[in-house]
Amino acid sequence: MNKTYYGKLIFEVSRKGRVGYSLPAKVGSHTLGEIDANLRRSSDLSLPEADEQTVVRHYTNMSNNNFGVDTGFYPLGSCTMKYNPKVNEAVAALPGFTALHPAQPVSTVQGALELYYDVQRTLSEIAGLSEFTLNPFAGAHGELTGLMVIRAYHQQRGDTARTKIIVPDSAHGTNPASAAVCGLQIVEVKSTADGTVDVEDLKPLLGPDIAGMMMTNPNTLGIFERKIPEIARLVHECGGLMYYDGANLNPMLGVCRPGDMGFDVMHINLHKTFSTPHGGGGPGSGPVGVRSGLESFLPQPRVVKSTDGTFELLADENSLGRISSFFGNYAIVLRAYAYLLTLGCEYFPLAGKLSVLNANYIKERLKPYFKLPIDGLCKHEFVFDGLRDEYAGGHDEPDHVTTLDVAKRLLDYGFHAPTIYFPLLFHEAMMIEPTETESKETLNSFIDVLIRIAEEAKADRSLLKTAPHDTPVRRLDDVKAVKDAKFIYKNL
Amino acid sequence: MSFRYFPHTDEDLKEMLRVVGVDSLDALYAEVPEELKLQRELDIPAAKSEVEVMAAAEALARRNKPLVCFAGAGAYDHFTPSVIPYLASRSEFSTSYTPYQAEISQGTLQYIFEYQSMMAELTGMDISNASMYDGSTATAEAMMMCVASAKKRRRVLISETVAPNVRQVVATYARFHGVELDTIAASEGVTDKNDLDAKLAAGDVAGVICQQPNCYGLIEDFSGFADACHNEKALFVLNTKAQALGVLKTPGEWGADIACGDAQTLGIPLCFGGPYIGYLCTKNALVRKMPGRLVGATTDADGRRCFVLTMQAREQHIRREKATSNICTAQGVMCLYVAAYLSLMGPEGLRKVCEHAYSGAHVLEEKLLATGKFEKVFARDYFNEFCLRYKGSVDALLAACAEQGYLAGVKAGDSDDLLLVAVTEKRTEEEMNRLCEIIKSL
Amino acid sequence: MAKVIEGLFYSESHEYVRIEGEYGYVGITDFAQGQLGNVVYVDMPEVDDEVTAGEEFGAVESVKAASDLISPVSGTVVEINEALEDEPELINKDAFANWIMKVKLSDPGETSALLDAAGYEAIC
Repeated sequence: MNKTYYGKLIFEVSRKGRVGYSLPAKVGSHTLGEIDANLRRSSDLSLPEADEQTVVRHYTNMSNNNFGVDTGFYPLGSCTMKYNPKVNEAVAALPGFTALHPAQPVSTVQGALELYYDVQRTLSEIAGLSEFTLNPFAGAHGELTGLMVIRAYHQQRGDTARTKIIVPDSAHGTNPASAAVCGLQIVEVKSTADGTVDVEDLKPLLGPDIAGMMMTNPNTLGIFERKIPEIARLVHECGGLMYYDGANLNPMLGVCRPGDMGFDVMHINLHKTFSTPHGGGGPGSGPVGVRSGLESFLPQPRVVKSTDGTFELLADENSLGRISSFFGNYAIVLRAYAYLLTLGCEYFPLAGKLSVLNANYIKERLKPYFKLPIDGLCKHEFVFDGLRDEYAGGHDEPDHVTTLDVAKRLLDYGFHAPTIYFPLLFHEAMMIEPTETESKETLNSFIDVLIRIAEEAKADRSLLKTAPHDTPVRRLDDVKAVKDAKFIYKNL
Repeated sequence: MSFRYFPHTDEDLKEMLRVVGVDSLDALYAEVPEELKLQRELDIPAAKSEVEVMAAAEALARRNKPLVCFAGAGAYDHFTPSVIPYLASRSEFSTSYTPYQAEISQGTLQYIFEYQSMMAELTGMDISNASMYDGSTATAEAMMMCVASAKKRRRVLISETVAPNVRQVVATYARFHGVELDTIAASEGVTDKNDLDAKLAAGDVAGVICQQPNCYGLIEDFSGFADACHNEKALFVLNTKAQALGVLKTPGEWGADIACGDAQTLGIPLCFGGPYIGYLCTKNALVRKMPGRLVGATTDADGRRCFVLTMQAREQHIRREKATSNICTAQGVMCLYVAAYLSLMGPEGLRKVCEHAYSGAHVLEEKLLATGKFEKVFARDYFNEFCLRYKGSVDALLAACAEQGYLAGVKAGDSDDLLLVAVTEKRTEEEMNRLCEIIKSL
Repeated sequence: MAKVIEGLFYSESHEYVRIEGEYGYVGITDFAQGQLGNVVYVDMPEVDDEVTAGEEFGAVESVKAASDLISPVSGTVVEINEALEDEPELINKDAFANWIMKVKLSDPGETSALLDAAGYEAIC
């Protein structure tokens, strides 16, 4: 990363009269002037004007102010920032896929459909479920689709009173938000002192109005929910279905499958567990899997294999309908396909186990310095509740060091910060997820830096309070960004 | 156990297990009940080398037949300048995530800010968000914005001339979100204003959704639509193919409250349907009802202008079930595709691409009519996509052309005699002539 | 320490109401503004809106949080504090001086269900 701030916008390197495009010969001699003037835009179109090299330099310079997994360690909890293999990119760039129009006759896209089908089958085996749709665009879209499956299932049985969904208080914010978009009311279930679902608190919530329950296992604290068989049994007994938020699937790979835990519907984040790049916030992919008996509710189009071995698109009358224009983010599926082939049956379990080893290793080495609300084995991630008081100062001290300060100081040392202030169960949450692709040396230098920051907190709090110091820009004024909001160049 | 994505040596493992205080990797799962564990190997193929992975993927790729593309219906074969995938594949962009740590994410934040600025400019709206998944889900989000803004009114009207797959997605969201969706009839291929007025007059309408160019490629005249909506306190939503905004009257000029749609036409390859990028733009007054991420300008501690995710109190990670939407990861780096595309094209390039597509489409329509196998369906002008009635089965026509390496178009709606044909700047006159020869020979 | 003023009525969700005759001035407490941090936006009701005790009437937003406003009283909104539209940070400066809405009370007896200053101080 280049620590000198580039900071220009493309509009500011634009010069009237420059061009960056080339076009083939026009067919025919029609002009846009033939369109009725009342249907044409009359406002001018103020877009940048730049030559090709200027555009390339502009975005290259901009990229140099950005930190990615390829730049360094990115322990962003719940996001599984593992290495993004490059063979995935090579597969996604094959013209035999990139040139396909989504409405081509199915006889001309048999390879694309077979790949979709193969990925769908492989994910089903990994998840212990019956069938997947790869159409959802991202994790939250998968949650919404999965909840639609649950509602469609109840509605089809005439069980229309099931309008509530149970969500643990530690859940990802997308869970309640997806449920609300899906028209469900949220019922929150509390966590016990060890961070897992409080079964006694759950029991009175169950009844004929419950559509299901959303959980992630391990949960957002990285703790495995040991009582999952009992929870699943209770929810099933009341007529509800179990939804698995696949954001935390990574440690379970090949060890313990959501279907075997008692879940009926789940989504997977291909951009987390299956190594596709996160792209600065997308495109991701959020395949949704269902247990046997729920397949017909999946969204259209469904890719199925016919008896003669060819692949077809199926529109089942039970289907919840369409949730995407076409087949979702297909090029992301291509990348996941490469990863599935690369790891195969041998390396998936190892990926999960090493992610757990890496997380526990950091936790054990840093717990003398940071508050660890829940001790014991974690899975792929864990949560600290800020620096210990002997380093941070007590909460009653006005300049005590916060998790935000620690996170910002980490940036100075060339690490991305963990997820901070989530989950909401703790005031100074700091959620660390190293993934399996990081070496012991990388983990050690991260640990050493955090210990150093703890010492700095003791010696010179102002150094942390004003961090970062050595990044392209310094701490930003996010109050101003809301109050004096400017979202477009024209308003600057 | 050496494997190229896992750096752990046997020595590392031993030392790390010691620090953790367990004696094996399996012991890390001590608390997981034995009966939940998979007591066998996953039943999936064995690991493959890179050579074998590429060979498997290439073998599947060869089982596809790329066709000369005269199809549209939401996905258009425009040219992607080589600069764009080259820049977008820079791993500083592609391997980062949502720019939570703004100090080390200015690259992502700046291209999103540029994208927002350009989309607002194209649509003639005040603001744009940092992308939705695709055009159909952007339209569904616009529908939910309408009911959220209207508080108690739960009815939304959607024109019959909105593309079928967009209407289907909106209907799915409406069904589960508890929105009563009603269709505005079409007359001569465009939205029937009288039917709109009648349905608005029936009351309880939160929003009205139309599309430009519409599902037949026709350019609709939305004069009076916005006023009719606003008189009933309904929001007017216009879904527009992004590229056409280089020439067509903007949603802002039509008086729309929300502009949405797909921006695949701005430099994004077909890729069997995705990733594309949905856009959603609106007026300042509706910013707090807007779904998705928003990037804003601010200053850092040294007073330098820089960019940051803002207005986050609308979003799921803060507002949970009261959020404006559940969207979180959207289409990120596809914003860079659009920003780089529009930077290369500029206003003049974009106009010219539109003109090439417009001219080519009108030439091809004349040629197809001259084959004697088609008749015109609608009198109104279109942009780069048009609908003809085929004197035969469209399915058979499409299959026969595909045999010859041509994608003649797509079937318009459920009727087996309407063919929807699209032309981009990539289509040559030779290709058009060849398509006509194939059709003539049927 | 957060300020608590004698003579006002308080809700457990950290709103206060100051009663003047048949009107009540409703806002958020000093404790609530301290918890939220820099207030950047107040979503206020409209004049003539009906509000009900225990139900939401708007929201207050800071950079990293947003909180629903729950009305401590029932009645009709007769005035909103328009100064907050441009300067929401007034709530941080003095939460008790900068009320959010003025309500014509439909049931003045409702205040008996609210906390007094001592009762509120005990919960924050």
